[in-house]
Amino acid sequence: MSSYNIIDHEYDVVVLGAGGSGLRAAVGLSEAGLKTACISKVFPTRSHTSAAQGGISAALGNMGEDDWRWHMYDTVKGADWLGDQDSIEYLCKEAPKAVLELEKYGVPFSRTDEGKIYQRPFGGMTKNYGNGIVQRTCAAADRTGHAILHTLYGQALKHNTEFFIEYFALDLLMKDGECKGLIAWNLNDGTIHRFRAHTVIIATGGYGKVYYSATSAHTCTGDGNAMVLRAGLPLQDMEFVQFHPTGIYGHGTLISEGVRGEGGYLVNSKGERFMERYAPNAKDLASRDVVSRSMSIEINEGRGVGKDQDHVHLHLSHLDKSVIENRLPGITEAARLFANVDVTKEPIPVVPTVHYNMGGIPTNYKAEVLTVNGSEKTVPGLMAIGEAACVSVHGANRLGSNSLIDLVVFGRAAAKRAAELIKPGAPHEEIPETETQKCLDRFDKLRNAQGDNSTAELRLAMQKTMQSKCAVFRTEKNLKEGVNEIRKTYDGMDSISVKDRSLVFNTDLVETLEFDNLIRQAVTTVDSAYHRKESRGAHAREDYPNRDDKKFMQHTLAWCDGKDTKITYRPVHNSTLTNEVQYFPPQERVY
Amino acid sequence: MAQISLPKNSEVNKGKYFKDKTGSKNIRKVNVYRWDPSTEENPRIDTYEVDMDNCPSKVLDILNKIKNEIDPTLAYRRSCAHGVCGSCAMNMGGKNGLACTKPHAEIDGDIDIYPLPHLRVKRDLIGDLDGLYKQYQSIEPWLKNNSSKDTTEIFQSKEDRAKLDGAYECIMCACCSTSCPSYWWNGDKYLGPAVLLQAYRWIVDSRDDERKARLKKVADELKLYRCHTILNCTSACPKGLNPAKAIAEIKKMLATANV
Repeated sequence: MSSYNIIDHEYDVVVLGAGGSGLRAAVGLSEAGLKTACISKVFPTRSHTSAAQGGISAALGNMGEDDWRWHMYDTVKGADWLGDQDSIEYLCKEAPKAVLELEKYGVPFSRTDEGKIYQRPFGGMTKNYGNGIVQRTCAAADRTGHAILHTLYGQALKHNTEFFIEYFALDLLMKDGECKGLIAWNLNDGTIHRFRAHTVIIATGGYGKVYYSATSAHTCTGDGNAMVLRAGLPLQDMEFVQFHPTGIYGHGTLISEGVRGEGGYLVNSKGERFMERYAPNAKDLASRDVVSRSMSIEINEGRGVGKDQDHVHLHLSHLDKSVIENRLPGITEAARLFANVDVTKEPIPVVPTVHYNMGGIPTNYKAEVLTVNGSEKTVPGLMAIGEAACVSVHGANRLGSNSLIDLVVFGRAAAKRAAELIKPGAPHEEIPETETQKCLDRFDKLRNAQGDNSTAELRLAMQKTMQSKCAVFRTEKNLKEGVNEIRKTYDGMDSISVKDRSLVFNTDLVETLEFDNLIRQAVTTVDSAYHRKESRGAHAREDYPNRDDKKFMQHTLAWCDGKDTKITYRPVHNSTLTNEVQYFPPQERVY
Repeated sequence: MAQISLPKNSEVNKGKYFKDKTGSKNIRKVNVYRWDPSTEENPRIDTYEVDMDNCPSKVLDILNKIKNEIDPTLAYRRSCAHGVCGSCAMNMGGKNGLACTKPHAEIDGDIDIYPLPHLRVKRDLIGDLDGLYKQYQSIEPWLKNNSSKDTTEIFQSKEDRAKLDGAYECIMCACCSTSCPSYWWNGDKYLGPAVLLQAYRWIVDSRDDERKARLKKVADELKLYRCHTILNCTSACPKGLNPAKAIAEIKKMLATANV
């Protein structure tokens, strides 16, 4: 049995993660008078929200008529009807309020001539239910995420949120199916901390690092998702992994969809604007899954550019110089640094790159975590928001700029719901020591691991498997190989090696704990993909090319115990939240 | 005359030497500062021979290669890997910068990698930025606007918005402040370029109603006027920003405005 000194804390609410959603929740909780701790493995402004470029969607109507119902239709269609329409209604209706609130907080949005928030066109965002392009995506140049994240951190400081920075969370503390807190390791001094809380809000972001090539940060390891799996709860729709059409070839750095929103376009080796063939109306501004698939087909059919014909070109040199300077300065810098390209003269080499996880911890629109035990149930004491959550508003494919709005709308919703449920300062229940012990045993085992496999080798094997077996196009054969291969990598953990024995900033151990988190999500992702025998949104099966609403208008739920998974389904919600809008029945999805 | 020398336990020793095992003909020597507070040992410089034939172009790629293939115990911060999160700020080849955007080809000879200068070190390349973060909080980095309308945004002209360009992009990596001699000597009292740039960002935001109070707050012999226009900050900024100019603007506003 492992023995560590434990430092105990008691809070009304613990928010795990300090990106856009975690900070927005923390601000709301502090406003509501709840004693709140916000725990993060990185300093808040280092969170991956900072990398979001193009903007945040909301039907403000600053650049022409708009309606939140149109936004809702676009989101439902973008999601390929896998989104829950009650949640999508909530998202789109609340979006304008949430953006105006951000502006009041101080976000330096770009402006229109009248001094209003500037909005740009974005993929899949249309007017009047698919009839023409709308400008709905509110932007702070092409650094919208950075601007929002820094502003929200300022708000959290204003509200004196208590931060625990560079603390690595290990596991949730569960009792009789309820969440009672969590355990975290303080990297600064090596101490172990136990946080009791009436509610834990997981805001740990996505897990892009299960793939080899991703726009995601090194820290995008889905730690909260894995904690939920270890707590015996399911993850939802994990097979839906978004490939962003424009990651810089060879490096993976994101090039915003805003480039195409401002008039940029994709070109193959024949100099052809190929998106015109795949999406005659929306062209380069079709949904991301559609554009990524089209690019992959061009490349697979030999019309890619470059020595190996394995990528395509993104042109923007025809754009007005002032548009590039004022609205796309960040990508200009990224293209110079990582592709050695001067965007005013040359195209950017791009390739579809893993970018976002539609799947995650299942929740309702109030951010309460769901599980299925006979029927749909909430898990008391546990909420999830942001990319970690699967509300599900993005369904099978997220529209660009719907992620930042998801962060703030549901961050806010979580704080509101927690304020309804929790009486500030209510006493905490005792938690059995066995939970703590179980968590520390895993920690101690990995800390002292003396096997032959380095974490870096195992991680690389996992990433290569996911990249080749669970990519843009999938087949039964490929996925089956993936299902088997990923388990071999999982077995490699039995003989994993950690060389660093320190407890202070032991980043060898951090990466090993992160790998332990990643591999479980890799297993659930490839298993969920294997079992979904249809094509929908980002999940494209060559052997099942059509959407199958009869069998698969359902969310996948995957439990994972070690390398064993259990897959079940729950129906997609087929009603809206209020009668202000009608349910959008499934249609054929063309752009 | 008084003799000034480092305490014995601060002397930096020669550390381990990691010889190349790949047989590569294209090797560079990389010298890295190492220190772990949980041991009783002095800081040391470890040297790694790194195979450059299989290493991408940035200094962070070298560090990742060392950590993944040679020595997993090396500790450094990194996250986004494309210059937006500010985690991997460090001193490379004698200059502050972000490891993820700094091409190693720009460094001649052996590559020396140290933590940002003049910070307490938490471990290896990880500097202690807690003091800087507290100073950031002290300038109250949030909008103070008394309007109660919540059905529209606060209007701001394009010209007023343009005043924030060059200021709001700061990623708080601290490359500037830790390159500033004034901040080295008076880092506890002088706010330093990073924080003053942020103070400026709120002072010039046309939506903010507390401009005068903000100016007054920084108008202090130590907080502001310890800037002696050395301009290391501007030369160090990996985002191409100009904190020195922002500081000069603040001084100018104070000299010309009735505060």
